[in-house]
Amino acid sequence: MLGLSKKDTTFLLIVIFLTLATPILLQPFPENSALAQFNAGYPDLMQRFAIFGIFAIGFNILFGLTGYLSFGHAAFLGVGSYSVVWMYKLLSYNVLPGLILAVIVSALFALLIGYVSLRRSGIYFSILTLAFAQMSFNLAYSVLTPLTNGETGLQVYTDDPQVLMSAGSPTSPHLFGIVMNESAKIDVGGWQFTFSNGYYFCAIIAILVFYLSMRIFRSPFGIMLRAIKTNQTRMNYTGLNPRPYTLAAFVISGMYAGLAGGLLASMDPLAGAERMQWTASGEVVLMTILGGAGTLMGPVLGAGFIKYFENIFSKINDNILHTWFSALPDGLEDAIVFLLHPFIGKGWHLTLGLLFMLVVIFLPGGLMEGGTRIWNAVTGKNRKKKNNADHHPKPSGHVN
Amino acid sequence: MDAIILQVLNGLDKGSAYALIALGLTLIFGTLGVVNFAHGALFMLGAFCAVTLQRILSLSFTVEDPTQKDFLGNPLKVDTPYIVNWFGDATGNAILNWSVPLAILFAIPVMLLIGYVMERGLIKHFYKRPHADQILVTFGLAIVIQEIVKYFYGANPIPTPAPDMFRGSVDFGVMIGFAENQIIYPYWRLVYFLFSAVIIGAVFAFLRFTTFGMVVRAGMADRETVGLLGINIDKRFTIMFGIAAAVAGLAGVMYAPINSPNYHMGMDFLVLSFVVVVVGGMGSLPGAVLAGFLLGILESFASMNEVKSIIPGIDQIIIYLVAIIILLTRPRGLMGRRGVMEE
Repeated sequence: MLGLSKKDTTFLLIVIFLTLATPILLQPFPENSALAQFNAGYPDLMQRFAIFGIFAIGFNILFGLTGYLSFGHAAFLGVGSYSVVWMYKLLSYNVLPGLILAVIVSALFALLIGYVSLRRSGIYFSILTLAFAQMSFNLAYSVLTPLTNGETGLQVYTDDPQVLMSAGSPTSPHLFGIVMNESAKIDVGGWQFTFSNGYYFCAIIAILVFYLSMRIFRSPFGIMLRAIKTNQTRMNYTGLNPRPYTLAAFVISGMYAGLAGGLLASMDPLAGAERMQWTASGEVVLMTILGGAGTLMGPVLGAGFIKYFENIFSKINDNILHTWFSALPDGLEDAIVFLLHPFIGKGWHLTLGLLFMLVVIFLPGGLMEGGTRIWNAVTGKNRKKKNNADHHPKPSGHVN
Repeated sequence: MDAIILQVLNGLDKGSAYALIALGLTLIFGTLGVVNFAHGALFMLGAFCAVTLQRILSLSFTVEDPTQKDFLGNPLKVDTPYIVNWFGDATGNAILNWSVPLAILFAIPVMLLIGYVMERGLIKHFYKRPHADQILVTFGLAIVIQEIVKYFYGANPIPTPAPDMFRGSVDFGVMIGFAENQIIYPYWRLVYFLFSAVIIGAVFAFLRFTTFGMVVRAGMADRETVGLLGINIDKRFTIMFGIAAAVAGLAGVMYAPINSPNYHMGMDFLVLSFVVVVVGGMGSLPGAVLAGFLLGILESFASMNEVKSIIPGIDQIIIYLVAIIILLTRPRGLMGRRGVMEE
């Protein structure tokens, strides 16, 4: 179906189902129960899952396939956001023109940066992209203030032209009348499910671009990109010039990032320069690596994982910890809470950094590799292989 | 003319910091072949060594002074640092006052130890992994170090004053024959520049004139052959990592009075230092130092109002712009060696 093999079609259908059912699946605990704080089924968080999922999928097309580590992708995210807010200011709150502009502008921007940066590879490439992103960030803060509104961030003011705005049109981002921040709440027993327009809009786009990335992974173009990662020299010797392919991958991933940035501004009509800072680029790198670079699902998992735990960990405080461990003796309880204290609340970044280091050290394939390893351990695939190895003749010792 | 000299001077202190950090980065890269994204964090740790020493020295106890009354009529409580109590007023206050220079002595062993532990505990396992993995794991480490510092010292900048003797400014113009009040330059920045010149000189002398340095240089050129000669090159490289960490730390200690240390100062300097290393040429020590000073001075020239009125915003991007141009026209950097990091 849709040019995918049977296995991939099943996979895609599962992904579609999971994405559409997210508002229900992420709300496993009833309202008012002690575990309700672990629920993630509210619009703001789910939107971020989808948006950063898109960002990470795009980054993965560049890093996962070609192995070029860009440290400047946040620049495209910022450009996308600015484009959308400008369309709000000039036309109306309809998100469609803005998103189209965001993709086009970020593609052009990526073409420019990519053309220059891709002349070098390895660490030089990382530093060049980093330099470009920092340059954009600094410019957005200083000289380009008329375009970006500097530190305040770009937002819509009442005296903006908004030429397409008629009397009845909504005054917040919408798609032909479907307002993004509206949602339907349904109560089932103790559970409350929120079906938000914004989330479904992001989710449908996410599914589309996921499908696109699937096609890229399976296409001859995708194989060419993998060839660049595996052995660029050999590719040169076979008479192929890798640069057009890497440039195409860079532009595609830039467009993904621009789209994600545009969606961020579609959910919340604001755009600030801090979205372009290199720590934001670092974040998408973290997501991709944590999930598993070079796999289809990994980056999405990584994005979801980081955003979910960012949200949960930041909310936990000492009082909550005390209620958890209240069954333990007092002294022990205090000791545990004291030990955990640096890692929760504002200390979330510490947890993230440690986790990230552990993943890079022990699990370079990310969560996906971890999953595969556990699966193999359960089904006993590795054991079979070992048994086969035993049948080979053992190396004989030294001849005396 | 005086404006030009002033800008050169202004560029020197930032340039010194860039040069010191870039020197450490290059030492690590040249010896161990590791791209260390946590180097900015080491710089920051150095600055916090100064903060820590200052806090330790000013630990005080409180006594009630019955001769004086506060506004409620109770005996006045007076905080006296232990140091003052032990060494007497004059010596004690002098030690307190000189806490930042004293922190150099404190920072050297601490930073050497941190560098040693970092190399043995983490970096060692990454020699055979791709550069991307090295970048990622040290990036993670930088986040962790930064967050730990934030946990203990808070997110706000902590003022760390220089000794009284070096506060204020020197009329530098008079010394070299200009009119008065033309070139005013803060004392401490002058000290910083001289200090970094001494450190850079010491590192170069160490590599050039000691047997240890000779072996390290030989190892940088051809690690395998040195190993075959029966020299334990890994052990020496580990020590070099410690030295590089100490250099970054010292740069941080002395920078504390110029810019109050906060937990993300390392990250701010790191990006620029990488750019400096690349401009100077990966693996070239003189290149790193040269590029550091050059970019620092260029940056201060770009922030002159005359320049800014011609090209607005140039002060924000000049370093990156130079780096891009250099990388595209001279891929090896200003003084890069052949065969280092060329794919």
